[in-house]
Amino acid sequence: MVVALLALCLLFSLLTLKRQPGIGPEAEAEMLGVVINLISENELALIVGAANTDSEALARNVHQMALDSSRESVRLIIGGPRDLRLALDAMAANGESLGGIVASGDVIKWRVIEQLPDNFPQFSGYELAVPSERLWPDFLKASNLLAIVERIVVIAIIAIGMTMVIITAGIDLSVGSLIALSAVLSATVVKKFGGVDAPAWSVGLGFLVGILSCGLIGLFAGSLVHRFKVAAFIVTLGIMMMARGMAFITTGGFSIDQVPNSFVWLAQGSILGIPNTILLLALIYGSAHVFMTHTRYGRYIYAVGGNAEAARLTGVPVGAVILLVYTISGLSAGLGGCLQASLVRAAAPNMANMYELYVIAAVVVGGTSLSGGSGRVFGTLIGAFIIAVIQNGMNLIGIQSYTQMFTLGGVIVLAVLLDKTRQSGGFRQLLAGK
Amino acid sequence: MVASSDSATPPLLEMKEIVKTFPGVKALSEVTLTLARGEVLALVGENGAGKSTLIKALGGAHLPDSGEILIDGKSVTLRSPQVSQREGIAIIFQEFNLAPKLSARENLFLGKEIVNRGFIDHRAERAQARELFGQLGMSIDPEARCENLTVAEQQTVEIARALASDARIIVMDEPTAALSQQEVDKLLSIIRRLRKEGISIIYVSHRLEEIYEIADRVTVLRDGETVGEAPVSEVSKSQLIEWMVGRPLEEEFPERQSNLGPVRLKVENLSRGSAVRGVNFELREGEVLGISGLVGSGRTEMVRLIFGADHLDQGNIIMDGKERRICEPRDAIRNGICLLTEDRKEQGLILIHSAQENFGLPNLQAFKKGFLIDGKAEAQAFETSRKNLKIKVSSGSQKAGQLSGGNQQKVVLAKWLQGKADIFIFDEPTRGIDVGAKYEIYLLINELVARGKSILLISSELPEVIGMSDRILVMKEGQVMGEIEDARTTSQEAVLALALSE
Repeated sequence: MVVALLALCLLFSLLTLKRQPGIGPEAEAEMLGVVINLISENELALIVGAANTDSEALARNVHQMALDSSRESVRLIIGGPRDLRLALDAMAANGESLGGIVASGDVIKWRVIEQLPDNFPQFSGYELAVPSERLWPDFLKASNLLAIVERIVVIAIIAIGMTMVIITAGIDLSVGSLIALSAVLSATVVKKFGGVDAPAWSVGLGFLVGILSCGLIGLFAGSLVHRFKVAAFIVTLGIMMMARGMAFITTGGFSIDQVPNSFVWLAQGSILGIPNTILLLALIYGSAHVFMTHTRYGRYIYAVGGNAEAARLTGVPVGAVILLVYTISGLSAGLGGCLQASLVRAAAPNMANMYELYVIAAVVVGGTSLSGGSGRVFGTLIGAFIIAVIQNGMNLIGIQSYTQMFTLGGVIVLAVLLDKTRQSGGFRQLLAGK
Repeated sequence: MVASSDSATPPLLEMKEIVKTFPGVKALSEVTLTLARGEVLALVGENGAGKSTLIKALGGAHLPDSGEILIDGKSVTLRSPQVSQREGIAIIFQEFNLAPKLSARENLFLGKEIVNRGFIDHRAERAQARELFGQLGMSIDPEARCENLTVAEQQTVEIARALASDARIIVMDEPTAALSQQEVDKLLSIIRRLRKEGISIIYVSHRLEEIYEIADRVTVLRDGETVGEAPVSEVSKSQLIEWMVGRPLEEEFPERQSNLGPVRLKVENLSRGSAVRGVNFELREGEVLGISGLVGSGRTEMVRLIFGADHLDQGNIIMDGKERRICEPRDAIRNGICLLTEDRKEQGLILIHSAQENFGLPNLQAFKKGFLIDGKAEAQAFETSRKNLKIKVSSGSQKAGQLSGGNQQKVVLAKWLQGKADIFIFDEPTRGIDVGAKYEIYLLINELVARGKSILLISSELPEVIGMSDRILVMKEGQVMGEIEDARTTSQEAVLALALSE
């Protein structure tokens, strides 16, 4: 599976390889050289970056480095062409002299720069510097990799609960609806406490309400599966519809987007420079792995899926295990809902449609058997990333969304087939039905 | 009956120097076997001797690496089950190949339905099914669902299916493992009928008595080789066992010095529905209490109540003078009771998990270090048990499903021994286990009682109950019919008389 993921990354890297405006430390050093060596200290150097792109980071860093090298005559401009225009107007009005413009590739194509000699004849002899281009795949840009993580974080987190449920030979179809319910509940709580101006503690309370409600619903599903021996497929299918209905009832069918910045912090913030999504994934997957392989209840989960009757006759509390996995599945769906709402800065009752299928696909592509008893948490993480990488890669190379859906489905079937082939020691053995 | 000496006509089936290797194992090396028309050939050998592989080679499931298979003197390549079937070979496995939800008739004609103008001709099928069953001396309702048939009836459906596809060679793998004595007798008479009609049978069994009763000739496998071959009338039981295990076996049951202590377990008025009705008994420290009775007499149901596997309607379980509440197996295990189930594959082990994981499952609490399980301690404990019980595994991570019956039983035993249980309930501990491994299990039982453990031993094999027990309870229809105080001096007839008494 890891090999498949790496192969996909390599494939999309090759397919999206192209000349790019330089970014990163090398480009920054190059630009700093321009500022220090080619622009006179008496003239002003404009360092321009387009907001929310790679060039913004470049511009900010170069500006900071110039200040650190005690060069005072630099000015940082972050934004769009209009911001640059306004800055130039101001310079012209103040009679300042333009020594040069430092920018990255996107900015240099702005018309305000092209037409500068005509519009501002008073500025002459200035430098126009861009970092040298480099050959680099779009796929491997830091911004793209972060986008992949954001695309998959919700599915990957819910897939942990799903992995545990599937290892007990069960299934949980309700998680997609629980995402919406959790999102809507938490946003509703936040709205009650002031919406956009709600205090941070109310956001915490909202998330807690969303997550715990879904946990309770999971517990309910687990108790039906265990106590009344109803097929998990049917129980969770019913709960899937009930939860979606509850989400619509909660908001009266509308979506809620009056949320404060603290609400968005969960999925879009960062701690010590590392995005929260990555921290959450690492933390949750790490602890789930330890739980599944090194604790008593983790082992019990495998045992129940491997053979429930043998497990019971060996003293495994089968009922408690079933309740536990469905509760964990509910809790992780609840957390996924909060994350999803935080990512898109809104909660809608119709969000995360069909997510349960993506989650199940991630688990199965990750090598967990639907018949129970085997599977690994990290396999699921890889499965989730395989799906995300395929979607992202197809977007980058411009494949139509209908074709994407078809291809993704095909890849899932292929992945499972390959895994089976590996397990049974060859394609011919698989065909022979062994 | 023995036609192999007749050089004019070649034997029906001849397997010459068959070799089959699996990664790391040589399952068959130079196996040679002949089968004449209308002959019953017994194929015996310990578990792992290569019988299953040989059967699968005949069934077209495994293609041999080298060697030759001749049918009617003509070389054939059995590359798939279909080819094998076309050559007239039918295999009846221990686990039947029947669709449980379909009727006997539907199973019988599965894949070769009688079709009339595009529709299945139910009437013709039913008539032919009745005729086939009649031919085999059984009256089975063709429309009964297979899951509702007894094991013997399902077996008959399998045999009838072989006949319906014009099989000339029928291979039966442990056909009597799950049958009662009357059913065994019936099966043997069916086999005699088939032989009379010129059908050849390869009969795979551990039960030597049956082999002497039914077979014409016997072929013995050991470690993938043919080590002996003779007409059964010319070979003694001890010779057969020696061929199988490779050394003479001293006696069937090892000696034991009984040393009984105080009463450990006392059950009073144990009842559940009509399966178990008012059972009372006591079990002492260091005692083996045999429980005998025909299949269906409620023995297994009774011990499942003591273990908490089923809920009891009424009754008390008293251990060391104190009443214990046992609702779930967990409660029983906490009180030091363990059950080695009759069905190891379905109830005793998780076959897709490793031997070590199975071993550790009930003992995880003991391997805990803080919140986590100490994997190293678990592996060490497994290694110690593996040595003590001489469990044959390639490593702790070998799947339980890949082990032989005897080694599976040892893994089950190892997991309970690790948990410091005091009362061991063995339900058919040697079923499906070969002679050598049986003896080891007996030695282990003796070692347990020598260490002061108490044992309940259920067995359908009368010699085993008599040979291993201190005392015997005989059950019938959920009730205890009587007790034999000194098991060593009793006879099979005395036990049977109680089991059949009114």
